[in-house]
Amino acid sequence: MSKTEITAPPAVPQVIITREFDGPTDLVFRAYIQPELLVQWLGPRDLTLTVDCYEARDGGKWRYVHRDAAGNEHGFHGVFHGIPSLDGIVQTFEYEGVPGHVKLDTVTFEDRHGRTLVRTVSSFQCLEDRDGMIASGMERGVVDSGERLDSLLATLQAT
Amino acid sequence: MATDRLSLVFGALADPTRRAILTRLTEGEATVAEIAAPFEVSQPAVSRHLKVLETAGLVSRTRRATARLSHLEAEPLREVTTWLARYQRYWDESHERLDDLLAALQSDIQDDPVRKPAAREKGRGK
Repeated sequence: MSKTEITAPPAVPQVIITREFDGPTDLVFRAYIQPELLVQWLGPRDLTLTVDCYEARDGGKWRYVHRDAAGNEHGFHGVFHGIPSLDGIVQTFEYEGVPGHVKLDTVTFEDRHGRTLVRTVSSFQCLEDRDGMIASGMERGVVDSGERLDSLLATLQAT
Repeated sequence: MATDRLSLVFGALADPTRRAILTRLTEGEATVAEIAAPFEVSQPAVSRHLKVLETAGLVSRTRRATARLSHLEAEPLREVTTWLARYQRYWDESHERLDDLLAALQSDIQDDPVRKPAAREKGRGK
């Protein structure tokens, strides 16, 4: 069972996410660019994803909204840059709750003997944006520091 | 938490020796000599690391008799772990759902043209 690896280098305003999937690259790629597939997996299960537009082409716009059970909405939008391919889906990403703090995401799909390694590099405009964006929060979440310390240290160690 | 404090905490955690010191302090408060013992660094160097951790609010220091004891302050760590845990949870759960979707799509391809409607629901988990 593969695990999602998230690293946040202390001095570089990036977050890097890697994950291997049991499926061929073209299929995993489709799950990332076809909105009818995207809505079936993106985001936690307790949020509903609605895609307004998702034009996966050079200059194409995208926008989607996460809705929770209480009806709270979080909108996100951006633009695709270049023709999306296995070598890279490049898109800007802006959380509408904090306008102006745009990040650039590059997602690549690498064949691993029939499985697919997906690597997402999110580049923020500055460290404060990276550290602040998630702090401003999509969700609640309280964790016990003792329990989580080891995994935090492991995450930071990996950078 | 203010983002500059979060950056300060991230900065303090960027150093492997400082992370090892924090891990040591999860076992309980300790003197500089006790903290320095397992490391190949001098006590003054450990003191400098402790100062950085103290500035970030990760460690506080008290005096008992002649010894100066350092202990872990969990709150900033809790905040920073909450930050990472949120991000981790968002992607963990998304990726688990993508696993399920890929399995369903591939079983559809295999079952085609004799489609089994139940296949889509299989392995959906929670």
